[in-house]
Amino acid sequence: MAMQFYASPEQIMRDRSELARKGIARGRSAVVLSYSGGVLFVAENLSSALHKVSEIYDRIGFAAVGRYNEFENLRRAGVRMADLNGLSYDRRDVTGRALANAFAQTLGAIFTEQSKPFEVEICVAEVGATAADDELYRLTYDGSVNDEPGRMAMGGQAEAITGVLKSNHRPDMSLGEAVQVAVQALSTVGGEGGAARTIAANQLEVAVLDRQRVGRTFRRITGAALTALLDGESAPPSSDRPDTPSVPTGEAGKPTSSAGSADLEDRPGQPDS
Amino acid sequence: MFTNAGTSSFTTFLSRVAPEMLPGRRPLPPGMAADLAPHATTIVAIAAADGVVMAGDRRATMGNLIAQRDIEKVHPADAYSLVGIAGTAGIGIELMRLFQVELEHYEKIEGAMLSLDGKANRLASMIRGNLGAAMQGLAVVPLFAGFDLAAADPARAGRIFSFDVTGGPYEETGYDAIGSGSLFAKSALKKRYRVGLSVEDATRLAVEALYDAADDDTATGGPDLTRRIYPVVMTATAEGTYRLTDAETATIAEGVVAGRMENPGG
Repeated sequence: MAMQFYASPEQIMRDRSELARKGIARGRSAVVLSYSGGVLFVAENLSSALHKVSEIYDRIGFAAVGRYNEFENLRRAGVRMADLNGLSYDRRDVTGRALANAFAQTLGAIFTEQSKPFEVEICVAEVGATAADDELYRLTYDGSVNDEPGRMAMGGQAEAITGVLKSNHRPDMSLGEAVQVAVQALSTVGGEGGAARTIAANQLEVAVLDRQRVGRTFRRITGAALTALLDGESAPPSSDRPDTPSVPTGEAGKPTSSAGSADLEDRPGQPDS
Repeated sequence: MFTNAGTSSFTTFLSRVAPEMLPGRRPLPPGMAADLAPHATTIVAIAAADGVVMAGDRRATMGNLIAQRDIEKVHPADAYSLVGIAGTAGIGIELMRLFQVELEHYEKIEGAMLSLDGKANRLASMIRGNLGAAMQGLAVVPLFAGFDLAAADPARAGRIFSFDVTGGPYEETGYDAIGSGSLFAKSALKKRYRVGLSVEDATRLAVEALYDAADDDTATGGPDLTRRIYPVVMTATAEGTYRLTDAETATIAEGVVAGRMENPGG
């Protein structure tokens, strides 16, 4: 008869935590911070098709590090939950806090019940009317939730990156400054002999939740617009059509009427407000 | 229930977890129910040189009564397409909201928009789901139009799709109208439509066609100058969807009415 070895619950939890931590620390990092015009996501990502940063709802974005299949599963769940609640109640009733809670429940259940925890760390960000109203939630592999103070780093050597962010980040920064602070923080780790690296534009995934927009606020920054921001030109993000066009809601008072963004509904040819 | 890898379609997801939220899945008592709820009436769509225009009157009727004077029946379906509803207003609005979420949901899950034909086919299958209710008089027939980002010929990027109650999607050439006044609106458009119209001319033409529909159909409302209620006019072009402001539609509608003062036949 096979002997079952005894392992204490503490030991099991410690082993699972260690597995998840190692998995998350192996990957590349992501940074989320709020700036004057909204919330900025910057992730190191060699793939342009498999996203680490994406849209959940009108004012809510998602960033993740760790195993792609695991956080992609959570992202889809989040989109479904947000769309279902937005349809049953109202678009305004979909909040980042509710989503963060749901993710925490799911991650917590997986951590205690499954034989292997999810090796992921997630940020749910909701853009508010001012930088002080922005909400950033950090969710870890064991289901714990933390409300972050306007900036956070996760994955890879997150602690070192957080240190740099903390000393450089201000909530009243412009988009250009915010991108540079984020990229500079990411590049302080992983260089040879502790020196800073250079991260090229094509290794970055950058997106924002734009505070000024009505309706869907999520927008990716790619190509020439991103290069310009990295080069420190203070040029505003190009008026190029966003990759995933975000779209139509009517006036701010009637968010239910449709899903859309104000700037696409502006008269063609007129500058964005 | 949310974590199942499953599908990119929101309606398929709903049919699994909350089927009661789909309009076609509700049990109805037997018998005709056509006079139960307000009916939305005429919608017209016109393909222009660089996009498409859709306009709808503002009237909803219940039998011989006007149920609402300022109902909005033309809405953006997503960034580049428009949907207008005729038939039972409550179910139509529900179907339209569901369709908007369906398109947005696919876009978010897959990271890319559906093709224009894909959107039309999704809408067709949603109408098909309502067939049971339609046979009891609660029919909804939408009109769908959009700017096709994948069109080879930019002059043919504005496309229009109509549907029957069984869900059949039919692509229309040039223009189309649905609802109780559609017969008169289409007759007006038949005489006035020209290939290669500008979007501005097409908006005026759409309001003219609605005027003609209101002229001969009691269920279609004309421009209401006393209450300042004008048709909803929307465009879909390469720049995205745009709803003409109240001031812009007022200018067009007043121009049309002034023209009819001189020549009632238009």
